[in-house]
Amino acid sequence: MKTYWAIFKKEVFHIFRDTRTLFILIGMPLAMVFIFGYAVTNEFKNSKIAILDHSKDELSGELIQHILASRHFIIERNINSTDDIDLIFRKGEIKMVVVIPPQFSEHFYSNDHSQIQFIIDGSEPNFANTLNQYATAMIRRFSLSKIGNSGSIPYSIAIEMRMMYNPELKSAYNFLPGTIAMILLLISAMMTSLTIAKEKETGTMEILLVSPVSPFILILGKIGPYAVLSFFNAVLILVMGYYVFDVPIIGSLCLLLLMCALYVLTALSLGVLISAKSDSQQSAMLTSLMTLMLPTMLLSGFIFPVSSMPLLLQYASKIIPATYFIDIIKSIMLRGTGISSIDFPVLVLIGMTLFFLMMSLVLFKSRLE
Amino acid sequence: MDQKVISVKGLTKRFGDFVAVDEISFDVFKGEIFGFLGANGAGKTTAMKMLTGLSKPTSGTGSVAGFEILKQAEKIKKNIGYMSQKFALYDDLTIKENAQFYGGIYGLNRRLIKLKVNQMLESLNLQDSGNKLVHSLPLGWKQRLAFSVAMLHDPPIIFLDEPTGGVDPATRRIFWEKIYAEASNGRTIFVTTHYMDEAEYCNRISMMVAGKMVALDSPKNLKLKYNAKTMNDVFVQIAR
Repeated sequence: MKTYWAIFKKEVFHIFRDTRTLFILIGMPLAMVFIFGYAVTNEFKNSKIAILDHSKDELSGELIQHILASRHFIIERNINSTDDIDLIFRKGEIKMVVVIPPQFSEHFYSNDHSQIQFIIDGSEPNFANTLNQYATAMIRRFSLSKIGNSGSIPYSIAIEMRMMYNPELKSAYNFLPGTIAMILLLISAMMTSLTIAKEKETGTMEILLVSPVSPFILILGKIGPYAVLSFFNAVLILVMGYYVFDVPIIGSLCLLLLMCALYVLTALSLGVLISAKSDSQQSAMLTSLMTLMLPTMLLSGFIFPVSSMPLLLQYASKIIPATYFIDIIKSIMLRGTGISSIDFPVLVLIGMTLFFLMMSLVLFKSRLE
Repeated sequence: MDQKVISVKGLTKRFGDFVAVDEISFDVFKGEIFGFLGANGAGKTTAMKMLTGLSKPTSGTGSVAGFEILKQAEKIKKNIGYMSQKFALYDDLTIKENAQFYGGIYGLNRRLIKLKVNQMLESLNLQDSGNKLVHSLPLGWKQRLAFSVAMLHDPPIIFLDEPTGGVDPATRRIFWEKIYAEASNGRTIFVTTHYMDEAEYCNRISMMVAGKMVALDSPKNLKLKYNAKTMNDVFVQIAR
């Protein structure tokens, strides 16, 4: 125990005397939360659109008012001819043009199948899709309200849509669990593999191995401070999510923290495994980035939904711990589920952790033989 | 000079087909300065790793500080000190913190650590610099500090792996004076080096070539045997 604290204390000195490490440990999580929270978002407000109103009657005026009132769109300008459409798209500011046909009002009230055209800049497909959905919903609501007034269509089915667990479709609900997964991986796996590789690189590892300290205690002592910091970071991100981005924690806070601790263990065991394979900080860094950070970013469902990936990548996502972790904490935070409905991903994470630890042990043993 | 502190018989290490250390046998006595020489790749490091419990021998037996190499590696580790060719203290820790850390991993209690660290600083004339970062010390000082730290737990044997690599002649001289002082106090010194003038300082010298131990005697006898003026000539003759 005495030796454990000696190592723990030494590692704390290392962390607090290296400003770069300290920045990664404390600045990075904050920066990532704000970047993902404010810059990378699927929501949009105040998108600039243009209107090409061929009709210019009372109803078209009401429609335009309706679009404006939503606050999702700003009507940047009105154009008068079809030729202008291409021109304004090329300037790049305007992403959508709403074309209202001539005699809009007449056609509408005579039940003569009135039409509206959206012309959308497709060079950013995700954004274009979202624009289309918002605008379509808006037009539908408008026409329903008009029909309701006149009562001219007796039969119609009104669709009332409600998004469960995230009624406002806030992207924070998605990025926050993902960010926790990334940060914990970054700190627990990358930083620990770096600190162990550093001892190898500078030759201090040799001295430690010649000493009576058991390698097990040595590794535990070295990863201890990182485990504490990771957990602290997880809490920090949750608090920021709750107060800054209004992400709720519906389920048990205890369970949530327990799951964070489990994932920290998984990441730490990965870090130890990586350091067992790498002799220098550089190789530890590269291995962490290539085998952990990139796949976690791209395949865990953090940025791209797993269900829309090609089958092969869907399988690949199944071997990434973060996939399960994100699944678990989303369930707890947003749907408020208990342990019984997340038992499978929890078991997978525990299994992975044990597997990584076994692997590191085998690698370490073979080096000693 | 006749109490054996290291004794090995037929110590061998194979990596697949390659024999890194080929049945070496020798004894080292208490208070002796034992030079362990050989060209790069001759198997010195592997042999040393087996003696310090870092690597298990493929065959052969031996004891270090009275403990079996094969079965009591943990006890051996408690009773040896080790200093490597790479400078191996932590740059971002102070002199005191480094010493306290090593005292800690050798399981010394707090009071003993404090006492030992103060003694050490005094003997190195570093009383006022205990809170300086090791980073700020010149290399020669760092090596002397590393040597002292390696002996903080008072081991009967200390292994020095090219301790004076990259150090200037004057500091090397001071370093060897320190080694002599330790040996005369009954500490056994097991040292590898590439400096042949240092080899002359040893009580006995062993030479390894291609995994085998081809010579083992005092520098004086070796020079007589190979009809050489200096240890340098002996080394070149044997290693060729």
